Amino acid sequence: MITFSERQLKIPRLMRPVYLVTGGQSKFDRAIPEKRTEELCIDAFTMAAELINLSPAELKRYIHSCYYGHFADHFGDQLLGEAVIHDRLGLDPLGNVGIKTGGATGGSTLWEAVKTVASGYSDCALAMGWERMDEVPTDEGNFLISCAADKDWESALGQIYTGYYAVMAQRYWQIFGKAEESFRRTLAEISVKHHGYARMNPFAQAPLKISVQDVLNSPVVAYPLRALDCCLMSVGAACAIICDEKTALELSKSSPHKPLRIWVAAGSHTLRPADRRRMEIPLLPNETKDQYRDLGRRFKGADRYPGFTGFLAARMAALYAYGMAGISDPKKELNLLELHDAFTISDVQTYEDIGIRPYGEGRDYVESGDCYHTNPHTGRPGKLPSNISGGLIGCMHAVGATGIMQVFEIATQIWHRWAEIHGDDRRWKEFNREKPSDWTDLQVKGAKRGMAISHAGVGSHVTATILMDPDHLLIAN
Amino acid sequence: MAMFGQVFVKKGKYRIKGDFHHLAAHTPIRDADNAFSLCGVTNPRELTYIHSYGGEAVFFESLSRGTLLASRCEHHACECRGTTYLPFRIYCPDCLKRNRVIDVTDEAKRSARIYTFMVCERSGAFSLLEKPIKFINIAFDGIDTVLMSYLSLGEPRIGMEVVPIFKRRDPSYTILDLSWVPKGTPAEELKPGFEF
Ligand SMILES: [Zn+2]
Repeated sequence: MITFSERQLKIPRLMRPVYLVTGGQSKFDRAIPEKRTEELCIDAFTMAAELINLSPAELKRYIHSCYYGHFADHFGDQLLGEAVIHDRLGLDPLGNVGIKTGGATGGSTLWEAVKTVASGYSDCALAMGWERMDEVPTDEGNFLISCAADKDWESALGQIYTGYYAVMAQRYWQIFGKAEESFRRTLAEISVKHHGYARMNPFAQAPLKISVQDVLNSPVVAYPLRALDCCLMSVGAACAIICDEKTALELSKSSPHKPLRIWVAAGSHTLRPADRRRMEIPLLPNETKDQYRDLGRRFKGADRYPGFTGFLAARMAALYAYGMAGISDPKKELNLLELHDAFTISDVQTYEDIGIRPYGEGRDYVESGDCYHTNPHTGRPGKLPSNISGGLIGCMHAVGATGIMQVFEIATQIWHRWAEIHGDDRRWKEFNREKPSDWTDLQVKGAKRGMAISHAGVGSHVTATILMDPDHLLIAN
Repeated sequence: MAMFGQVFVKKGKYRIKGDFHHLAAHTPIRDADNAFSLCGVTNPRELTYIHSYGGEAVFFESLSRGTLLASRCEHHACECRGTTYLPFRIYCPDCLKRNRVIDVTDEAKRSARIYTFMVCERSGAFSLLEKPIKFINIAFDGIDTVLMSYLSLGEPRIGMEVVPIFKRRDPSYTILDLSWVPKGTPAEELKPGFEF
């Protein structure tokens, strides 16, 4: 049993309010042979400037330091790629730094930018993330990803990261899912939902109109996970502009939307799941110790926490972030989520880690219809829609950009500019994608608060980013 | 290709012999939909790394001798004293004192069972394992962690009793030298080079 000290569990504090002013993203795809990475970053940056009615040159005059999320140097075959992008964006002589935390790189990049503004070091910071995963064939890509596991104890075992992750999925599938066919269908529903939402998103790489049966018929990758349960491998870039209050207001003078308050917190856990030791479940504000007393009785084998069924890093990131933003019940106080759906089953695991449902009951978030933009059972708005972007399964997973894409997508919702940005015919044409004839406005009505979870691999790093309309804060800070 | 790269340590320095890389030409990437105009270029490359196991070397050497090592914190002032690690950890993650190396081969043979598993139909480039790969995590009596490895025979299930096998002939000196089979598997069914 391991324990944590009170000092370690302190709720993090920002020294001053921090705002997300604008953001942008490139087209996402499996390969983009016609563009260099810097072109994608310039696309994202230009979009960020245009959304607040500034030119890129005008926006650049405000930036004081830069945070670059790019996970895999060996994918792009360019060490110090951050310096290349920084130079091409023409941001010399500003200080800049590269950030890499696997799948959580995008979230970690925002974490750094927010802290830099909160501390007073900078009044305006650029967070830009990208990934170039098309410079090698897929099997070599899988090899390069497997290098993020422990090279002596794991990577040699098949050079396939899915395998290291999927042992946890198997445990969840059998313990909490009870290996039920009905649970398998619930997982498939997540894939249908995310590929379906991707159809309305011109940036998205994998728009598909599919059925639960299509998912269940797709090739097995690692039973019970099938090809359509897995996230994408992508190329693309996304960025956000992070400011203090004064600069945020100044930058927003001709912007149609207001700057949003932002908080980011991070957690971690062992790189090798094998090293996980027993501990007590850290409780979120909407949980009690009593509710988990009989967890091992209700789900045989669930008495070891986190075992292989939960992600401690996600729980800790949520615990810190809820404390920072004053959230006492995420189900009631948040209006939408973007979760790290690396696999359909990890999506379910995360519902529990962040307290949307108690441990063991994650599937209910999907089965109740709460996770949808429009609840398929009632035809009414879903209580807490998730992954309207299409997520990592439908939109993209250009690793360093993913966490920033999620936050940007939430921002477009809170700004109530989702339809304008995703429905624009010119954008569909520019990306050489056909806008579906049944294109639907997925704006979440009345969205004021959202959260994005950015997650690395087996749960080594996780960040929780909360965005709020500044006129709908939960606590004054 | 003359000779694979080989490395020895002498007087505290690496001494290298043989070929560590091979030269190959770049080739152009052209756009077949756009008059075969130039898009990019391939960058072929082959590298051999020189990697030290450091304080874990004893673990990998012992696999080739049919022994499974774990490590345990025995520091009197450590709040997690007595915790036993496999994967082997050189230092205790709590007190950062050097762990004691212990032989757990007999415990593994007696009490190992599958905590979780996954049968993976795909592998990445450079994988030396046959597909499908049967990943297993193994729980043992007296060990606080759940080692990842692979099952060589049979179909895995949670709770299944397994025993370790070791690649004692032509070992690779990697984690691949350790594998598992269902308890009761006869010796003649083991893959070439493996022994109990
Ligand atoms: Zn110790």
